Amino acid sequence: MSAVPRTGFSAVARLLHWLMAVMILAMLLIGIGMVASVSDRYELLVSIHRPLGIGILILVAIRLIYRRLHPPPPLPATMPSVMRLAARVSHLLLYGLMLMMPLVGWGMLSAAGYPIVLFGAVQLPPILPQDYAVYGWLRPLHTALAYLLFATFLAHLGAALFHGLIRHDGVLTSMASWRRTAAK
Amino acid sequence: MYHAGGLAKLGAIAAVILIAVGIFAYVGGWLSPNRLTQSAFVAAFQNASGSQPGFRLNHAKGICVSGVFESNGGATSLSKASLFAPGRVLVVGRISLAGGMPFQPDKAATVRSLALRFLPQSGEEWRIGTVNIPVFVVNSARGFYDQTLASAPVPATGKPDPIKMQAFLARHPEAVKAMAIIQQAPVSSGFADATYRGLDAFRFVNASGASVPVRWSLVPTETFVAETEVQTASTNKDYLFDALIARVSARALDWHLVVTIGQPGDPTDDATLPWPSDRREVDAGTVRIDHVTSEATGRCTDVNYDPTVLPSGIEPSDDPLLSARSAVYARSFTLRAEEHREKLPSAITPQDVMAAAQ
Repeated sequence: MSAVPRTGFSAVARLLHWLMAVMILAMLLIGIGMVASVSDRYELLVSIHRPLGIGILILVAIRLIYRRLHPPPPLPATMPSVMRLAARVSHLLLYGLMLMMPLVGWGMLSAAGYPIVLFGAVQLPPILPQDYAVYGWLRPLHTALAYLLFATFLAHLGAALFHGLIRHDGVLTSMASWRRTAAK
Repeated sequence: MYHAGGLAKLGAIAAVILIAVGIFAYVGGWLSPNRLTQSAFVAAFQNASGSQPGFRLNHAKGICVSGVFESNGGATSLSKASLFAPGRVLVVGRISLAGGMPFQPDKAATVRSLALRFLPQSGEEWRIGTVNIPVFVVNSARGFYDQTLASAPVPATGKPDPIKMQAFLARHPEAVKAMAIIQQAPVSSGFADATYRGLDAFRFVNASGASVPVRWSLVPTETFVAETEVQTASTNKDYLFDALIARVSARALDWHLVVTIGQPGDPTDDATLPWPSDRREVDAGTVRIDHVTSEATGRCTDVNYDPTVLPSGIEPSDDPLLSARSAVYARSFTLRAEEHREKLPSAITPQDVMAAAQ
């Protein structure tokens, strides 16, 4: 398959994508690491997990608005419809999970009655009333969504490499090329 | 169809994904079975006490208490925490016995604890856990894990396996020294006349940023009375709790919140080591407990008394037990929230509280 010329993502979209990619991967590793830890790292990781999650929540809100105003470049016309569907579903999942994870995290800490400390004396208000039963439901949901997000990330990574290494259809370079492209 | 080059590329993609999964699995502890995890602690407690759905993994038998902390302003020069300003702060606490058995009979030798949640109307809350022993038995998460495994009762005798206990003590010389100190400390006749200590060190930070190591204790105004023979012989398996309920129904109980200030060189990372007895002590105010409630209706049941829930002005020290307690309590809290429908009524029921209050 030959390379199809196509417009890339704008510089802002790329910045948001790669910044959030690093933050979300760090977040998944911090999360999975802290729940398996009882060492000094636990406290450190928890203290990073909360503000980083809120940072992701703010960025995903900005990103969804930006995406609305600046739609991403279209997928190559050569892409089979099954792949288009997979791309659509996985992106819906990624955005949905980026938004849900911090909200479920914030909600479960609220339901647990924990103070939601970002750093020092800076705390967030609870977004749910204190309710043990709700916490008992949200806490495992947070874990389940984290696994789903990690699985979706793997699919995203695999698909990006598939486009770049095998299909050479410009999908990978539209986000990953360092060459300057015109902002849409 | 892909040719050989295409297959190699597919293999490379699969390899990248496998590496990502491998990193995730490594960080999550799946590749290191010997790592001490929260799940390992859950298993150790359930091995020692059996599965007790809906109850705390440790300190399973308890009741809720509430009252006020009347701050005298004595600690304001040491910590900027708002609850140390003169005034009254609501406290919701829990008095309990150590161990994972929610229906164990009261015994003098069982460690007693008082956990408190300070809830200032404005400002940040503070959660503490304190126990009636002068030092902790171990100084690390590994030590506590080993102790929990070694002290699991053997079904045939109902007592820990002496060989395992020997092995634990051989591996943890700090526990031998700590147990000698604990055995010398006299045990009080009840919950009301016990001194409860935080054991772990923390740091107080004042408004100008100066930081000092501290340990705190709750010192009763009740006169100390040693456990009597009548008590020891009691057939009432709740004799300590019943006595507490009767006391509080008659009149409120007061404890002074005493803050001990460490000197440079005093151990902050080892809860088995006492600080020298001449250290400066500051009375920060009085905790007055005037209400006792069964866990069935009390406000302490759904609370995780995580010792790292601290207002700004109080910070954790380098004591490794703090992070370990926070981590294991969080897992225990999640488990009982998930199991709350299966939970049996707590040992001390609302009817028991009413009867004991008469």
